[in-house]
Amino acid sequence: MHNKTIAELSQSLAQGAFSSVELTQTYLERIERLDPQVNSYITVTADEALAAARQADARIKAGTAGTLTGIPLAQKDIFCTNGIKTTCGSKMLDNFISPYDATVISNFKQAGAVMLGKTNMDEFAMGSSNETSFYGAVKNPWDLDAVPGGSSGGSAAVVAARLAPASTGTDTGGSIRQPAALCGITGLKPTYGRVSRYGMIAFASSLDQAGPMARTAEDCALMMNAMAGFDDKDSTSIERDVPDYSASLNQPLAGLKVGLPKEYFAEGLDNDVASAVQVAIDEYKKLGAEIVDISLPNTGLSIPAYYVVAPAECSSNLSRFDGVRFGYRCDNPKDLEDLYKRSRGEGFGTEVKRRIMIGAYVLSAGYYDAYYIKAQKSRQLISQDFKQAFEKVDVIMGPTSPTVAFNLGEKTDDPVTMYLSDAYTIATNLAGLPGMSVPCGFVGQRPVGLQIIGNYFDEARLLNVAHQYQQHTDWHTRAPEAFR
Amino acid sequence: MQWEVVIGLEIHAQLATKSKIFSGASTAYGAEPNTQACAVDLGLPGVLPVFNKEALRMAVKFGLANNCEITRRSVFARKNYFYPDLPKGYQISQMDHPIVARGELEIELEDGSTKVIGITRAHLEEDAGKSLHEDFHGMTGIDLNRAGTPLLEIVSEPDMRSAKEAVAYMKKIHSLVQYLEICDGNMQEGSFRCDANVSIRPKGQQEYGTRAELKNINSFRFVERAINIEVERQIDVLEAGGKVVQETRLYDADKNETRSMRSKEEAFDYRYFPDPDLLPVEIDDAYIEAIRATLPELPDAKKRRFIDEYKLKADDASTLTSDRALSGFFEAVVKEGEDAKLAANWVISELLGALNKNGMALADSPVTADMLGGMIKRIKDNTISGKIAKQVFAAMWEGEGDADAIIEAKGLKQVTDSGAIEKIVDEVLANNQAQVEQYRGGNEKVLGFFVGQVMKASQGKANPSQVNQLLRVKLQG
Repeated sequence: MHNKTIAELSQSLAQGAFSSVELTQTYLERIERLDPQVNSYITVTADEALAAARQADARIKAGTAGTLTGIPLAQKDIFCTNGIKTTCGSKMLDNFISPYDATVISNFKQAGAVMLGKTNMDEFAMGSSNETSFYGAVKNPWDLDAVPGGSSGGSAAVVAARLAPASTGTDTGGSIRQPAALCGITGLKPTYGRVSRYGMIAFASSLDQAGPMARTAEDCALMMNAMAGFDDKDSTSIERDVPDYSASLNQPLAGLKVGLPKEYFAEGLDNDVASAVQVAIDEYKKLGAEIVDISLPNTGLSIPAYYVVAPAECSSNLSRFDGVRFGYRCDNPKDLEDLYKRSRGEGFGTEVKRRIMIGAYVLSAGYYDAYYIKAQKSRQLISQDFKQAFEKVDVIMGPTSPTVAFNLGEKTDDPVTMYLSDAYTIATNLAGLPGMSVPCGFVGQRPVGLQIIGNYFDEARLLNVAHQYQQHTDWHTRAPEAFR
Repeated sequence: MQWEVVIGLEIHAQLATKSKIFSGASTAYGAEPNTQACAVDLGLPGVLPVFNKEALRMAVKFGLANNCEITRRSVFARKNYFYPDLPKGYQISQMDHPIVARGELEIELEDGSTKVIGITRAHLEEDAGKSLHEDFHGMTGIDLNRAGTPLLEIVSEPDMRSAKEAVAYMKKIHSLVQYLEICDGNMQEGSFRCDANVSIRPKGQQEYGTRAELKNINSFRFVERAINIEVERQIDVLEAGGKVVQETRLYDADKNETRSMRSKEEAFDYRYFPDPDLLPVEIDDAYIEAIRATLPELPDAKKRRFIDEYKLKADDASTLTSDRALSGFFEAVVKEGEDAKLAANWVISELLGALNKNGMALADSPVTADMLGGMIKRIKDNTISGKIAKQVFAAMWEGEGDADAIIEAKGLKQVTDSGAIEKIVDEVLANNQAQVEQYRGGNEKVLGFFVGQVMKASQGKANPSQVNQLLRVKLQG
């Protein structure tokens, strides 16, 4: 049961091969038995899951079920869930029970999906290794000495370890794609504005975007059908028709123009990763794609621009965590200033504090033009690069991450090296474009991800391109031995 | 030394929208603490603001009424600072691209002359909640009902030169926002309040002196007193050889003094930046013209019309047009009573007098415009005299019915039957022979005495001009 995809499970549920309750129990049992090795869940909601599964079974019986009805899913602990602890991986919110559901959560509830629990993540989604979580690091199911990537590390690990058929993630600078690559699963970051941000705890509002993480592109498409769409509670969500993402999965790729940006294959890219990606690109040639060399000349601006814009927004977004209304409050504050300083000082971890400090600095009087305004200009240049590229090609491909998963603790003392692991993913967030990561090989026992970047609102094409590859390769079907 | 005072005002007008500027919660005043604060107002994790377009419409209306430039693409920005009644740790405001830019407005000074005051800008922002320090045993309570209420912050140029000018400007804006129906103007409830930037300079000097900002003044009287006391303080400082420091000061109405809140060095760095949760607000000419079409007749135009159409004195026209509801009331009285002069007199002296005395608002007046007009009609057709009308008005105020009913019930109808009046005149003359002799001896002043006696005998109901005429005839005998 636990090796089936959503598409397969949905069929089995419809045929009555097993019930949603049985399926949910299977996963709950696996989580209880196996998750202590991985630490991928912060909260497991067994009772709520079984109740939802019973309702789903009733719907299936009544013939009112949709594709996702009765399918167990894991939700990143960044999404507010009514009546359930929502921590964002932080001590600050260890006591926070959300009084409302994020739009993504209510969309899945409406579709009849079953929430197994809330997944571990880097604190407030700030990190590339899941090591900044207050709830401890997540381990990579392929190699328990390695990181799963971040910030959606728990969401990637649950899928790889078969502790959920699929999960949700959020991606601000690569937080869906990089852990998907490092854990050998499929993940999609949609166009900015495609999926509602309401109820998703903000890190950097102009970059954050929620998306699906699953074993296959086909499953990502099924999840997108539930997740995507305009939400009047999110002013930045876009009013635009949502296509049926499953409908175009089987379009042939003959004539597809694939751009390979030379900047994504330059210094810093691990040779073995480069080889795996090259093999994948050769596969696309076989499928009829035309490979075009392109350039994204401003790629080098991505990391500097990102580390101005994202901290600036986060320094403001995280001001609401002040110990006054909810969340962590220090003991016996002697006055207001003490309440603020100690609640925030004790409630936030090091990486979060580092980014708040950077953000406050770049926004401060006298520095704003030199940093924030300049970063916004860089952002425009980066967007311009992509605009020109998409005049020539349909999709852009390259590695998702310059290396495979690194060891736990390897980069924790060197934030700048850690930041470089998002070198190929950040630009798409700055431009607001959709991007995917698809498993395309291994270096040793650690997975490699192929990144596919599309034009605005071209998610259906990305899913089609990824699905066709998965019809001809089996990387996405592999499971780590201990979790088969 | 001769000092010149320089004043600029920042007025905060709460916009009269039903729901908040970025959430669907109600803006009604006076509810139990924290019952009108939704997840968005509380700044819960994950919530997002959605702009209430009604606030935009109101801001544009204000701009158009003052010939201001309307910004076609305005931008919300975050003003970052920590305070317990500021739930998100930032206030959503507008910085570089406010919805309303440069305009101007004319104020009238006490000597009847006018002066143009520049409006620098007016921008939209959200109000904060309230910190409550009483009744919490040394702790502070937070009420977030007000958090997210839309504000229009109207910033003037430093064009005012006295506290009186500042008050005239503030009153003008106060009247205008109510005319436009974009603010209820209730200063007790804090719907309309202001900060004053005050500085002084030697008369004739071009550059401005260092200013102090007086915070959160919520009455016209306090504005005048706060500015005057601050000017005195600055003069004392400068004449003693000191320097005015740039700072924020708080006016204490009880002690009638201003005191320092924070200096420039302690001033916050608000780290403004465009709010990424909100798209820039883009409007086009069609939108603006549609709003322009809804503008009511504004106070200045209405005043000119009242002078032309109703032949009112400028003073009376000013009083009657200072408030839109009052001007409407007046016009309704004119329509019913068919005499503008009488209507103006009765509205200004009797009605406003009675309202003031009872501390009541026009809306609560027991005497409606129709009732007052109906009474004036009876003055005009000689049913009652102006003097009797005062009795009628008092009775209407007490809820005894309309003028006709009261005149009927109390038998106040004026006596115009000349036979009846003649009878009273004859009686009065017969009973006061000595005074008759005086009159006939050339002392015509005693005529007033006879008029008084006749009116008294008729309980005020005799028609005074008929009484006069008849007395003269009879006395000349």
